[in-house]
Amino acid sequence: MHMATVLTINGETKSFDAPPDMPLLWVLRDILGMTGTKFGCGIAQCGACTVHVDGKAVRSCVLPVSAVENRTVTTIEAVGSTPAGAKVQKAWLEAEVIQCGYCQSGQIMAAAALLATTPNPDDSDIDAAMAGNICRCGTYVRIREAIKQAANGRQS
Amino acid sequence: MNAHHSISRRAALTGGLATGFLLAFHLPLRAAVNEPVQPRDTTDGKFAPNAFIRIDTDGVTTLVMPQVEMGQGIYTAISMILAEELDADWSKVQLLHAPANEKLYGNPIFVIQATGGSTSVRAFWKPLREAGAGARAMLVQAAAAQWDVDPASCTTSKGEVTHKASGRTVSYGALAAAAAGQTPPKTPVLKDPKDFVYIGQPFKRLDTPDKVNGKAVYGIDAIVPNMKFATLAQCPVFGGKVGKVDDRAARKIPGVRQIVVLDDLVAVIGDHMWAAKKGLDALVIEWNEGPNATINSKAIWDDLRAASQKDGVVAKSTGDIGKGLAAGERFEASFELPFLAHATMEPLNATVHCKPDSCEIWTGTQIMARVQSEAAKAAGLPVEKVTVNQHLLGGGFGRKLEPDMVVAAVRIAKEVDGPVKVVWTREEDIQHDVYRPVYRDTIAASLSGGKIVGWKYKIAGAAILARWLPPAFQKGIDIDAIDSATDVPYDIPNFHVEYVRAEPPAIPTGFWRGVGPNNNVFAVECFIDELARKAGKDPVEFRRGMLANQPRFLSVLNLAAEKANWGQPLPPRVGRGVCLQPSFGSFIATVVEAEVDEQGEVNLRRATSVVDTGIAVNPDTIVAQVEGGLIFGLTAALYGEITIENGRVQQSNFNDYRMLRINQAPKIEVHVVKSGEAPGGIGETGTTAGPPALRNAIYAATGVALRRLPIDRKLLAAGKKA
Repeated sequence: MHMATVLTINGETKSFDAPPDMPLLWVLRDILGMTGTKFGCGIAQCGACTVHVDGKAVRSCVLPVSAVENRTVTTIEAVGSTPAGAKVQKAWLEAEVIQCGYCQSGQIMAAAALLATTPNPDDSDIDAAMAGNICRCGTYVRIREAIKQAANGRQS
Repeated sequence: MNAHHSISRRAALTGGLATGFLLAFHLPLRAAVNEPVQPRDTTDGKFAPNAFIRIDTDGVTTLVMPQVEMGQGIYTAISMILAEELDADWSKVQLLHAPANEKLYGNPIFVIQATGGSTSVRAFWKPLREAGAGARAMLVQAAAAQWDVDPASCTTSKGEVTHKASGRTVSYGALAAAAAGQTPPKTPVLKDPKDFVYIGQPFKRLDTPDKVNGKAVYGIDAIVPNMKFATLAQCPVFGGKVGKVDDRAARKIPGVRQIVVLDDLVAVIGDHMWAAKKGLDALVIEWNEGPNATINSKAIWDDLRAASQKDGVVAKSTGDIGKGLAAGERFEASFELPFLAHATMEPLNATVHCKPDSCEIWTGTQIMARVQSEAAKAAGLPVEKVTVNQHLLGGGFGRKLEPDMVVAAVRIAKEVDGPVKVVWTREEDIQHDVYRPVYRDTIAASLSGGKIVGWKYKIAGAAILARWLPPAFQKGIDIDAIDSATDVPYDIPNFHVEYVRAEPPAIPTGFWRGVGPNNNVFAVECFIDELARKAGKDPVEFRRGMLANQPRFLSVLNLAAEKANWGQPLPPRVGRGVCLQPSFGSFIATVVEAEVDEQGEVNLRRATSVVDTGIAVNPDTIVAQVEGGLIFGLTAALYGEITIENGRVQQSNFNDYRMLRINQAPKIEVHVVKSGEAPGGIGETGTTAGPPALRNAIYAATGVALRRLPIDRKLLAAGKKA
């Protein structure tokens, strides 16, 4: 038997049994039923599983759950309650970024983390923050545009 | 966007991209589908005049989606077409995915219930308009009867019927019960396109609000009470079987519940994916690799090159090709394309609950009814005992035109008590794909007076349709494999196309975004550029000279050249390349601008596409599809290649099967030309345009005529010559 693991996710305390090496991704999806965070590659190559730990974008597919105890986890389900997350979600819809949408949870989490620390990112900031997130539908042009829109608070 | 637009976990099901298949012709397989044969559902006064429309007494208008949402925006386009002719109140529209039912929801081009080949709008344009117009007529008849007026004196708008003369208006909801009793018109009267109020406007997509907050439900997100989680391993060698399995270590892993060993695969069932994955890693599996263990890429290419030397079946021949080729200076070239994986962002998956007398499936597929019938075979049940719950697709690109991931999950679920979600690892997804086949195209052409006077083109490659839709494979011709080869835009007096069916051994091949045109547009447009250079002409000017009878092609080519600053000076080792393509019923010209550095690395600077796709139902989606399609095609051109050694795929994940990333993406401009012609297909057009336009840009920048993809950087390093 494992000791119950206790995490703070999206402001709520969650208690569950999980092996300490179990990646946060699978805890979220398969134990807690929070399916907004996506599995894409399992080796931190695609960014679909991006969540925030203490506000920083991290790849949950390679992050053992034992490493996030006593830290603050935010997922796509609640990122809209952060100022940067709300701006990004709005800009994403205004720019009609999304196609299949499967990678977009991760894209939005990465973009929200960028804007939280860099309110007016230039192209190289965007490249650095977003190059870890693959979009197979090829929405990159609109992702860049939406990040700039979110940064400027522009209304479309 | 109000609450009615949200697609709930329960209602729905959805999925997406434009994958596919072109087929600019209708297969002569069966008579019309999509007749309004749905039994009229009059419960609670609901109006259900046909397979696509339900109107409740409160006016909520449910539109039934015959095509799956893979990201291509088809849910919104279909809804706009239906709502246009129905004059529905857009704010009251909600969506429901169609059930598996080929008779009601078969794609009129394929006959089977399939989403692919950039066919959705082309195939459903007329039946959806008729469905909307027929329903509208019945609502008008019901109102006119209530008011005792001539139906022709009534008008409709935004979910209401109005009789202007008497100043009366009634909502569709209030008319639902009465409309259900009306006789549908035999020939619904369609709107004049100039009266369209929805079609042609940039509508916000209906599927995207739930995609920014984690609420959208893809197949991989299905949650069924008490389900377990599984992942699987198939023999790394194609066609190999399971030998011995030592599961002692796997069984000790916490959360592992069951090991399922079938003849060709092993699955571990656990409390969550992590347990299943660790369990699978801990298994010691001996495979019987079988006769395919010696297959390798070199031998596959040797075989294909030999096959391409043979005479093929003639697909088209006009003029006199012998005289044509003899009439001028003759040039020849061969072009080769590799195997490609699809790598949808959502790894393959299916959740299945098999009981003795039924089977329920939760997944996202491009072929709902075929999945149902193949699952029934695997489960040993009659087809009506199998239920498929369709979900959004996290990318399709043709991979989900195959049922194998569902069949494997059903076979596993048969051994499991209760529901089980089977998720493939990315490695399994890439190593057990159904690959875009290798192709080799050989072209001989002759130039006289600066024009092409003879063109002999031979395709060698797999016949995917022969397996996937056998009735479409006739007389040795695969109509997908020759697509965009027989209908090149250019005026060439002696023109000849042949096809050699050449199936690679053991490697499963299938449709990949862009399908047949991927291959043919690449070879044709690359060789046209080479001929332009031989003729001493600018590539755009050379093409213009062969388009006198092709006003739509000429128009997009001219506009693309203008928008891309064609002909204006560029720095050294920077070039522009053009591609003009007839594919998918659309007319598209694309210019890519690229830089090749001293080491041969390619930097994508800019891409410009001009699109004449006929009536543009939702113009912003068309722009988005071309943008994304270009990235998809450019990704393949820069990186895409699956190679085989010892009977197995050598690539495994995004570290060695690379994708273009945001920092490498070019600026993209897409211009949509106004047109009143019938809609063309769009989802795959960017994918077919990107690689030849890039290759021609590299040719312009370096003088190196690449004839194989992906691009070979070694050939492009400074100092190399064509």
